[in-house]
Amino acid sequence: MASIDTAVPPGEDPAPYHEEVADPRRRDFINIAAVAFAGVGAGVVVLPLVNQMNPSADVLAQATTEIDLSKIAAGQAIKTSFRKQPLFVRNLTPAEIAAADAVPLSELRDPQSLEERTKGKKNWLITMGVCTHLGCVPLGAGEGENKGPFGGYFCPCHGSAYDTAARIRKGPAPTNLVVPDYAFSSDTTVTVG
Amino acid sequence: MSFPWAKQYQPQNSLMKWVDERLPVPRLVYNAVGAGYPVPRNLNYFWNFGVLAGAALGIQIITGIVLAMHYAANGAIAFDSVEHIMRDVNAGWLLRYAHANGASMFFIVVYLHIFRGLYYGSYKAPREMVWLLGVVIFLLMMATAFMGYVLPWGQMSFWGAQVITGFFSAIPGVGETIRVWLLGGYAPDDAALNRFFSLHYLLPFVIAGVIILHIWALHIPGSNNPTGVEVKGEQDTVPFHPYYTAKDGFGLGIFLIVFAVLLFFYPNYLGHPDNYIPANPLSTPAHIVPEWYFWPFYAILRAFTVDFILPAKLWGVLAMFGSILLLFFLPWLDSSPVRSNNYRPKARIAFWVLVADVLILGYCGGSAADPVYVILSQICGAYYFAHFLIILPMISRSERPTPLPNSITEAVLAKHGGTSPAHTALTPAASS
Ligand code: HEM
Ligand code: FES
Repeated sequence: MASIDTAVPPGEDPAPYHEEVADPRRRDFINIAAVAFAGVGAGVVVLPLVNQMNPSADVLAQATTEIDLSKIAAGQAIKTSFRKQPLFVRNLTPAEIAAADAVPLSELRDPQSLEERTKGKKNWLITMGVCTHLGCVPLGAGEGENKGPFGGYFCPCHGSAYDTAARIRKGPAPTNLVVPDYAFSSDTTVTVG
Repeated sequence: MSFPWAKQYQPQNSLMKWVDERLPVPRLVYNAVGAGYPVPRNLNYFWNFGVLAGAALGIQIITGIVLAMHYAANGAIAFDSVEHIMRDVNAGWLLRYAHANGASMFFIVVYLHIFRGLYYGSYKAPREMVWLLGVVIFLLMMATAFMGYVLPWGQMSFWGAQVITGFFSAIPGVGETIRVWLLGGYAPDDAALNRFFSLHYLLPFVIAGVIILHIWALHIPGSNNPTGVEVKGEQDTVPFHPYYTAKDGFGLGIFLIVFAVLLFFYPNYLGHPDNYIPANPLSTPAHIVPEWYFWPFYAILRAFTVDFILPAKLWGVLAMFGSILLLFFLPWLDSSPVRSNNYRPKARIAFWVLVADVLILGYCGGSAADPVYVILSQICGAYYFAHFLIILPMISRSERPTPLPNSITEAVLAKHGGTSPAHTALTPAASS
């Protein structure tokens, strides 16, 4: 390294030039240390600038929703909202449960049984109403809406069809409708979030 | 700047001389768009679209700043504030329609500007940097227009934001985190609306900055021209002012007439009626479409329907971004030394097929996702990539170009029946 600095002008005594030249030199060290320190500092300053983009406390505070299940008859579904996104709550009929259970897991794009997609009570199917393709609200929760070829939900945007366990069966969506975190707080109420 | 024979700025009076000596801005303008910038003498009307794009940006900035004085970026009142602009603000309807249709005019002229560059090989050496900066401007424009369209907070605004930010959730692993970070929530809401407004206000000025670099890079080699032959001497150029200020001024007049017809007679023709319905997070419109200028890219996005190693959704997103990023590599994909397609018989055919291909993609992107249109998008999307990655590189190796003129002047004179400077186009004898 430091070849220019160590070069001795022709005809001069090399001794004074070589005296102080260590590799790396003291000056290089200070330079690298200063730039590294400033670099780390600049990096730390960026953190709050990036982090301010994340959901704020009030947005996170809307993160739980209570649902009363007592008014939903078998075969019915409701659309409410959770974190400002649509949430589907569906009371499956025995026929719908049987239809979901009859499908071999190997046939599924995102293999999951109805058992795994519910919490102990197989008739209560609670999922986000957000198509996993590009985020449209699928049809099928409202009265008289098109439930699609698999009797669950149907997304009109690009034609994704979900079955009675809200699993993706046909169309561009990659995964099943998301099951949010929830727990039964009593027999007829659930807390989502 | 560019050529040795460029005229030098001479201050007309002592005030300008005083200014020029202290801050040479008059000189800068003179050298950029005045008599100090020599330009090939044979530019056709396709060379108007750069100036027109600049004019369109100016219109967007002026109308946008005024709209921002009345607009409120809050989910509860954004829609109403836009209706307030339409009904209550003096001349508000005019300003908003000018801004909304101005965006369409901006894209029309920029697309023509891009295809001009493709046809005449303006992206080739020594103008690669001009082209690369142009692609950057195009990306910034798309981001700006997307975020602007979210601001009126109608159904298409909301669902457009939902679908476009949904692209990011296709990224494996971190996708959903990125999506939530971009939106500042789990679905588009106040946080998203506010940041989009902030960026929608900012980006046009970033675009203006990149335009300065674009023109700076252009003025080093000077403009390309319809023959694609470089300027050889002073006889090949004319000063920008008054020759091209006049030609661009005429083009600007036509542009403004078209703009006025759109604005005053068909102000909602290019818009979508669903955007007059306030945003409703619980109900998706039956048919989500972006603004017309995104249709070709939207068609590519939707063309992927089967998983192949990666999920179909990720392929769609990659292909859509890839179709634009591909343009960054064009200067090195097309290795033919001949610029203008006027002298490239095979590349010329490929160019027009590409134009048709993009128009069909646009048509598919604007239609509902019927199987017919999906298949058509798949074919045309594949062709789009094949054009740049296979067809053009192969043509540029195999094709035999037709003879190029020796100089711009020779080409101009040949067109007017003379071949030597003695018979110039300007003397009546030559044109008879
Ligand atoms: C690159 C230039 C620009 C483009 C392409 C653009 C595009 C758009 C578009 C497509 C809309 C939606 C129009 C509608 O459907 O109502 C919009 C709205 C808006 N833009 Fe811009 N814009 C640009 C520059 C600006 C600037 C510089 C400002 C402010 C300084 C601005 C402020 C606004 C405001 C306040 C709205 C909401 C009001 C409305 O919807 O009309 N824009 N913009
Ligand atoms: S968003 Fe549901 S199919 Fe595309």
